[in-house]
Amino acid sequence: MGERREVYSLCCMCTGRCPILVEVEDGIVKHIWGNPHVFGAKSLCPRGAAGVAFEYDNERPQYPMIRDGERGSGKWRRVSWDEALDFIADKLKKIIAEDGAKAIALSDRGGPHTELHKLFLAAIGSPNYFTHDASCSNSVHNAHMSIAGHARNTVGYDYRNCKYMVVFGRNLLESLITGEARNVIEMINSGGKLVYIDVRWNYTASKAYKFFMINPGTDYALALALINVIVNNNLYDVDFVNKYVVGMEYLRSFVQPYTPEWAEKETGIPAEEIRKIAYEAAEAKPSVIFHPGWMTAWTENDFYFRRAIYTLNALMGSYEAKGGIFIAKGAGDCGYKIKTPTSIAPKVTEERCDGAGTKYPWIRKNWGMLQVLPEVVLTGNPYPVRAYIAMRHDPLVAMPDFDTWVKAFDKLDLVVAIDVNWSLTAWYADVILPESTYLERTDHVIVRKGLRPQLALRQKAVEPRFDSRSRFQIFKALAERLGKGEHFPWKDEVELVNWQLEGTGWTIEDFQKKGVIDLTDKPIWYDRNNLKFNTPTGKIEVYSEFLEKAGVPSFAPYERPASPPEGMLRLVTGKIALHTQGRTTSNNPILNELCPENHLYLHPDTAKKFGVKEGDTVVVSANGTEERIKVKVSPYVHPEIAFMLHGFGDIVPLRTRSFGKGALDTRLMKGKLKVTVGGNCPLFETFVSLKKA
Amino acid sequence: MSKYVITQDQLKCIGCLACVVHCKVENNISPGARFCDILPVGPKEVNGVPRIFFVYMNCFHCEDAFCIKACPTGAMTRREKDGIVYVRQELCIGCKSCMKACPWGIPQWDEGTGKVFKCHLCMHRIDRGEKPACVEGCTTSCLTFTVPEEATRKVREKYATRIASELKSTIW
Repeated sequence: MGERREVYSLCCMCTGRCPILVEVEDGIVKHIWGNPHVFGAKSLCPRGAAGVAFEYDNERPQYPMIRDGERGSGKWRRVSWDEALDFIADKLKKIIAEDGAKAIALSDRGGPHTELHKLFLAAIGSPNYFTHDASCSNSVHNAHMSIAGHARNTVGYDYRNCKYMVVFGRNLLESLITGEARNVIEMINSGGKLVYIDVRWNYTASKAYKFFMINPGTDYALALALINVIVNNNLYDVDFVNKYVVGMEYLRSFVQPYTPEWAEKETGIPAEEIRKIAYEAAEAKPSVIFHPGWMTAWTENDFYFRRAIYTLNALMGSYEAKGGIFIAKGAGDCGYKIKTPTSIAPKVTEERCDGAGTKYPWIRKNWGMLQVLPEVVLTGNPYPVRAYIAMRHDPLVAMPDFDTWVKAFDKLDLVVAIDVNWSLTAWYADVILPESTYLERTDHVIVRKGLRPQLALRQKAVEPRFDSRSRFQIFKALAERLGKGEHFPWKDEVELVNWQLEGTGWTIEDFQKKGVIDLTDKPIWYDRNNLKFNTPTGKIEVYSEFLEKAGVPSFAPYERPASPPEGMLRLVTGKIALHTQGRTTSNNPILNELCPENHLYLHPDTAKKFGVKEGDTVVVSANGTEERIKVKVSPYVHPEIAFMLHGFGDIVPLRTRSFGKGALDTRLMKGKLKVTVGGNCPLFETFVSLKKA
Repeated sequence: MSKYVITQDQLKCIGCLACVVHCKVENNISPGARFCDILPVGPKEVNGVPRIFFVYMNCFHCEDAFCIKACPTGAMTRREKDGIVYVRQELCIGCKSCMKACPWGIPQWDEGTGKVFKCHLCMHRIDRGEKPACVEGCTTSCLTFTVPEEATRKVREKYATRIASELKSTIW
């Protein structure tokens, strides 16, 4: 047996970024565990555990490549890093000279490890930074910003102490991150009640105290009826509401038509049960969570549904309450200052191309609206965008309207994919820059915000297997080639990390002990008598002057969602523990073995109506796009929907395990590159036809 | 029976298969084979909610093992010190007798070597004082690596706590 080491780091198999402990023997990763100093055990979800198989898989980009044929033809030329970077820089210089830096856009998957991409864009002077949230959290982010001045993820959930939690379609125990799943299970097993609402049964529903299969698209009706019962029966936390909620009279009058009896007709959930949820929640308040969700790119009115959920939390007084929603504390709350790379970024004065923060003042530019980008590219309106960098993001799989994207790509002068996987976007790119994997690189320090904030660091565990580079090296090199090297003043990642920690007394060495640095030894709660919300009034704005002035009502009247036309079904998608955003895990040797393809779940009545049965291959189509998939029949799927897991139907032949297996949901979501009031794509308003193959 | 037992807290198990993946990584198991497994059974309605039952299966490491009796070469071996049943690869001829003999389908076929392999409770880890990988990596810590007397003790404690918490009034 050779040299054994343990390296603490952060996982990157999904965007959960769980703290991990990497077992290395003779420079080879042997096993990846959860960080026991964080989880209290070496627990790590199956995706995280399969990181070893990912690292030693050869079916990923191994060196820089420049396209040598038609887009998507799979013809590439291996080039040196210098040639690849020079090629990109030359194109970007020309574009900047002709149309300004704003003609360069970049998207990533959001989260705290985006500092260097943002710094790069700011350094060159482009405002066009996008996260993937148009197809994920935009509506919940923007709704929470509008009501409480918080993003989805600047608050956390005190699951372990929660007594009553109502969850709308957030599949906490399958679409899971390790720490959160552990906490939710702990809550349920210590007597906390979980009410789960979804258009289909799943493992989270299986653990629930009550499960209701709701009529698709009617969740807003349920939330309004719950508010109705709570307000009309004075079930709310009077002290909290008096102190912190703006617009109670408005709310009271707005929800009057939305009685439980009315909601029963919309949602299919008995009025009595709706009343019970309201009363039981009120009984448990303030240790109550109405879960706002994570992937919320559901419907056109999603913004209002999320505002209603946050309103329910405000009525329960669950903000900053034990067992409720806590405001995530950062380094500043513990008296530390951790420098962020973007803090030295020059200010960008150009206006964004998507209208976030300007044309749509309530939609924040933090996340932007990536769904607008293809149209901007195609029309040159409001100005030309000519280059696009996809940073570990795969819009051709993650976003709807594949065909529109490809058309936009055809018009772009330059498409760069920086990735560790053969993403579909990489397949259609001009240049592929292989990033060193999360096990092969060190990133910058991040703050794990929460009740007990910690510093955490992704640390290199092994040497890169291929001719790849870290994101730090890539963006520094690009900035230097564009004459903006002064904005990346650090020699390497170690120097960057130590610069971030300056003045704290810690250095990079301090992450070696347990992978994280605790900033406090006890949980930090703000004084509930002196809460401050980052809204114009400093309060929770159920009625928002800001929205109203922008021409957006604080709440929109409920409209019944369209039912699928005869012969069609509503397409709904989700995830499981084995797979995350499609291209990250679907070709993983182990995860693919355990779940190689997705299936189309249909209600028995629906299957009968369409003349299909379990195991049949069917053609699912929408506006001329067809996907083939095998059927599974389950009584626990709403009869109006067709459900499938997201992200299969791989068409990149180099990914031999996932190639051609199952269907890709987003290809069927035609015409969904829409700007809705929440800034989200309305992905679950897709209707599909079905026939036996 | 080996002196160890792995117990599963059904209420905590979420059927995520982390145990299977940790096991496959730790023991470098070729595609198709699984030492431990989770078999979802259901859903079946209990108190108005469809519940699924996640049955965790790994080798029982039987005292009087069918697989050992069936093995013609002595490859299937019971470790003297703790009763772990494992395959001595150098003796296995790949005849699959053990696979047919085991009522629980535990011995697995290794395509790469043309021999049988099976759960050995990660004995290399046990010998280092560590738990089997399935238990160590379990997402919700629903699996416990223990010894039978400890396991039954835990069940009794849980039961005692439950009846005490359900007590309506003291009777003394």
